[in-house]
Amino acid sequence: MKFTLSWLKDHLDTTASLEEITRTLTMIGLELESVEDRAAKLAPFTVGYVVEARQHPDADRLRVCIVDTGTDKVQVVCGAPNARTGMKGVFARAGTTIPGTGLLLKAGNIRGQASNGMLCSAREMGLSDEHEGIIDLPADAPVGEPFAKVMGLDDPVIDIAITPNRADCLGVRGIARDLAAAGLGTLKPRGVVKVPGRYASPLGVRIAAEGIDPAPCPLFVGRHIRGVKNGPSPKWLQDRLMAIGLRPISALVDITNLMTFDVNRPLHVFDAATVARGITVRLARAGETVAALNGKSYTLTGSECVIADDDGALGLGGIIGGESSGCTEATTDVFVEAALFDPLRTAASGRQHQIISDARYRFERGLDPEAVFEGMEAATKLILDICGGEPSELVVAGAVPDTKRSYPLRPSRIHALGGLEIPADRALAILHRLGFAVEPAGDAYRVAPPSWRGDVQGEADLVEEVVRIAGYDAIEAVPLPRETALPRPALTPLQRRARDARRALAGAGLVEAVTFSFMARAVAERFGFGHPGLLLANPIAADLDAMRPSILPNLILAAKRNADRGVADAALFEVGPIYLDDTPDGQLSVACAVRVGATPRHWGSPSRPVDALDAKADALAVVTGLGFAADAATVATEAPGWYHPGRSGVLKLGPKTVLAQFGEIHPAILAALDIDVRKLGGPVVGCEVFLDRLPAPKSKGTRARPLLKLSAFQPVERDFAFVLDAGVAADAVIKAVRGVDRALIAGVSVFDVYQGKGVPDGKKSLAIGVRLQPADRTLTDAEIEAVGQKIVAAVTKATGASLRS
Amino acid sequence: MDQDLNRLRDDALGAIARAAAVADLNTVRVDVLGRKGRVTDLMKTLGALTPDERKARGAALNALKDEITAAIDARAAALEAVELDHRLQAERIDVTLPVRPQAEGRIHPISQTIDEMVAIFGEMGFVVAEGPDVEDDFYNFTALNIPPEHPARQSHDTFYMQTPNGGASPKVLRTHTSPVQIRTMMKEKPPIRIIVPGRTYRCDYDATHSPNFHQIEGLVIDKTSHMGHLKGCLSEFVRAFFDVPDLPVRFRPSYFPFTEPSAEMDIGCSRAGGELKLGAGGDWLEILGSGMVHPKVIANCGLDPAEYQGFAFGMGIERAAMLKYGIPDLRTFYEADLRWLRHYGFLGIDVPSMTGGLGR
Repeated sequence: MKFTLSWLKDHLDTTASLEEITRTLTMIGLELESVEDRAAKLAPFTVGYVVEARQHPDADRLRVCIVDTGTDKVQVVCGAPNARTGMKGVFARAGTTIPGTGLLLKAGNIRGQASNGMLCSAREMGLSDEHEGIIDLPADAPVGEPFAKVMGLDDPVIDIAITPNRADCLGVRGIARDLAAAGLGTLKPRGVVKVPGRYASPLGVRIAAEGIDPAPCPLFVGRHIRGVKNGPSPKWLQDRLMAIGLRPISALVDITNLMTFDVNRPLHVFDAATVARGITVRLARAGETVAALNGKSYTLTGSECVIADDDGALGLGGIIGGESSGCTEATTDVFVEAALFDPLRTAASGRQHQIISDARYRFERGLDPEAVFEGMEAATKLILDICGGEPSELVVAGAVPDTKRSYPLRPSRIHALGGLEIPADRALAILHRLGFAVEPAGDAYRVAPPSWRGDVQGEADLVEEVVRIAGYDAIEAVPLPRETALPRPALTPLQRRARDARRALAGAGLVEAVTFSFMARAVAERFGFGHPGLLLANPIAADLDAMRPSILPNLILAAKRNADRGVADAALFEVGPIYLDDTPDGQLSVACAVRVGATPRHWGSPSRPVDALDAKADALAVVTGLGFAADAATVATEAPGWYHPGRSGVLKLGPKTVLAQFGEIHPAILAALDIDVRKLGGPVVGCEVFLDRLPAPKSKGTRARPLLKLSAFQPVERDFAFVLDAGVAADAVIKAVRGVDRALIAGVSVFDVYQGKGVPDGKKSLAIGVRLQPADRTLTDAEIEAVGQKIVAAVTKATGASLRS
Repeated sequence: MDQDLNRLRDDALGAIARAAAVADLNTVRVDVLGRKGRVTDLMKTLGALTPDERKARGAALNALKDEITAAIDARAAALEAVELDHRLQAERIDVTLPVRPQAEGRIHPISQTIDEMVAIFGEMGFVVAEGPDVEDDFYNFTALNIPPEHPARQSHDTFYMQTPNGGASPKVLRTHTSPVQIRTMMKEKPPIRIIVPGRTYRCDYDATHSPNFHQIEGLVIDKTSHMGHLKGCLSEFVRAFFDVPDLPVRFRPSYFPFTEPSAEMDIGCSRAGGELKLGAGGDWLEILGSGMVHPKVIANCGLDPAEYQGFAFGMGIERAAMLKYGIPDLRTFYEADLRWLRHYGFLGIDVPSMTGGLGR
């Protein structure tokens, strides 16, 4: 909301400085966006009198001018066709920066003639696009005076943000009222007088919307004015509108714009000659069209409130007027509309047809219902003053809706809710200055909001009004008292998982990424997307239209982008949501890791391509990092289809619960993601750990660990090498070994896997180390030998392996 | 001492001193102290002496034997040290070689910032609450006193989900973390002190907006908390978070449909020389929105607004991280550029806490 300082002072009698006013605006909730002090920018420019303008001796299009600046006479070479002796123009001395071009003006010599300044065009001054000639100032402009002052541009433009609740501050008067309440002067009386009608309006108004609640148009006040002369509006009005960025159009239109921004009273002026008989306010007929003032045509659906005549809709009530009934230079009889429109319907229709207008902006926020008549009278006076003419009597349809209401205010609540210590009489005075009516009611008060404050709906709003105007700075900051001597943990055990998973994966050398929750549907579908309710109706981009069923593709594509930038071998992870359906339970927390390419090249250890077991290690880093015993889970080779079927697996708990899945990404999926593995220097592997599915830690009522029993006896290590079918899982061997004697066998490690020379085709050699830990005595050689034989027998039985000779 | 013993002593010590290797010392040891060595030979002659002579010469011989033994040992130790030194010199490696690779992971600034915020608010008795990203219109808007066609809805740039079955109002991607206020108040009895860090979504994408971003929400509901507590709580928070103990703060009236009164909070800064610096500097920077929870919102959750009140606040996590860590561009948070992540990310062991500190 823009306005100028002098415009504000039309309503506010104040001696406050611009700085005080702008600071106060912000501190009472009318946040300052900017102050533009145009005079400051134009300060170097003064009124100059052209004593003489003669033809340049060596250039047809140039004139050599002698300019009286008020203090001296300066020679200027000027190319403008309108430069002439005796005119007054805008003079800039050498050394000045020209606002319109940003160039520094230098003293110089133009074709042999000295030029020590410039006479400026409107474009050079940054005021308009006009550059046909230099600015021609009125003959009475005082020589040497600042140009800005002469032109009335020495009026700072203030721009403030208006929150949606403060419809009343969408007019300068409302802003002035707030400032007056805050102690920055007094609100000037408006003095609107009724203009007596001279004849009965030839146009009637009818609201045809019976039984619709809320009423689309509760009140319509109209007035016919005949014999007006429309043309450019006076300079003061044009200046005022241009200062806030509006283009002057014609006196009648400019008056409605002035009313909109001055007192927040949008109006519409019809060319009465174009209106067929009477005006009807009604809901649109489906399929009906309106050619609007913005040059566009709208096909209506039936929910809109239209202003119509017998021939059809003239405009959208509260939103935009119609092209056919608009005023032109030729207009002589007008019909002025001041009405109220239902905020919700106005907002819905405006949004539906994507029409943004100053009227819609105001009507959808709610206007002062009791200011309609006053607005009509003020507008009538302006039209008569500027355009002449003769006013009719008012025509009125509907009635002023009754919005009178009151709320109790307990002065104690100002501190109990607002935290502000303030004497009751000061609080009540603030409300009074804001236009609230206050009456004592027992220990408390009854407070009635003014008609323009539809946003005030209860005691909390009244407290806010008092605290807002008294200033939030006056509220004493109090520490939030602790409810317990020591804080409880802020995270539940489940919430801790996400944090711990991040720290575990970062500890494993991966770098955390945060990527969008949505992705391209085509990609999502390759990773299990299957719930139509997870498609966005209005995606920001076509490739961000589906909620992600997996984080993998985002990280894979991120790794590719990094590789494309020359940062190869990415190891990325993300801990975040995936979405299986649109219910709260359909959102899962997943830790996902992706590695691409190869391990680093190093002089001491050769680089190797990453593989599925790297992904498995990452999955296990999460699972164990969350305090879960990894060997309680089983490994199965049943990962979903986006993994390589032979190089992937899942970690399962019981027959159903998949804790994690890992493996190399399926080449067909990579191809679909447009990823060239050769360019990455190795495969793409990844894992997904489902944090919600890990079993909750058992609540044992104690943090104590089980008693540690350390054996006093020497452990024994024995190695075995088996030859077995290449397809046999190592896990089967390990399980068979462990099963031999769970008390005695403390650990099984795989230290070699070999296929090749010396091992038959289709077979592999698997070497394991077994650690035996006796609890109560040292093992004898015979006992060790006996266990060894059992181990061989068990592995042979379980896997068909034979001891390698 | 006898002449012969002196000679023997000089010979032996001379040989020991000349020994160039431990092997040479062994020769000396055999020659002098061995079974057929010169000291042993002399010992054998003791029997022919008188008891007094035997006693004196025996003592002299023993002393000589001990002296030579000690000299051999000392020389041996010295030679061994030299030999070890030679061997170690020969074993020299290039210690300037890079070590075997141990990849260093990173924590994303968003995660780190959330952990920092949780550490601070946790100290004030807040616990973390969560809610779904795909949210009902009711929780995201209506219950928060934002009915359909409310002007505040337009500023939210809401993402809507498709409605495959038609009918019901479409689900939305939550435009703020505030729906978790509603979910918590409907589920739990006050006193309530929660913070809600999480993903939020708005249909807006430019230099300063990302369609997917993060917010942290706070909610305090009890019978006594007022705007003074709001100011105290949030002032302490920003001073701890930005680690600027005298950070100026300012509260301004504002408007949110779900709070009444509403306040925006600014922190002090300076923009001198085009560089933003937090602290006293005459300028202000908006950091968060807050207010006393609207009585209608409390009532919408089944609580009696005559009995319960409290405050709520919400702020952008990326914005806070950008200000604290000097990160210039919002969009880079989501690009997963490893160069960026390594530069702005944190080590896994940097776990923020109020006792150990919130950052390096």
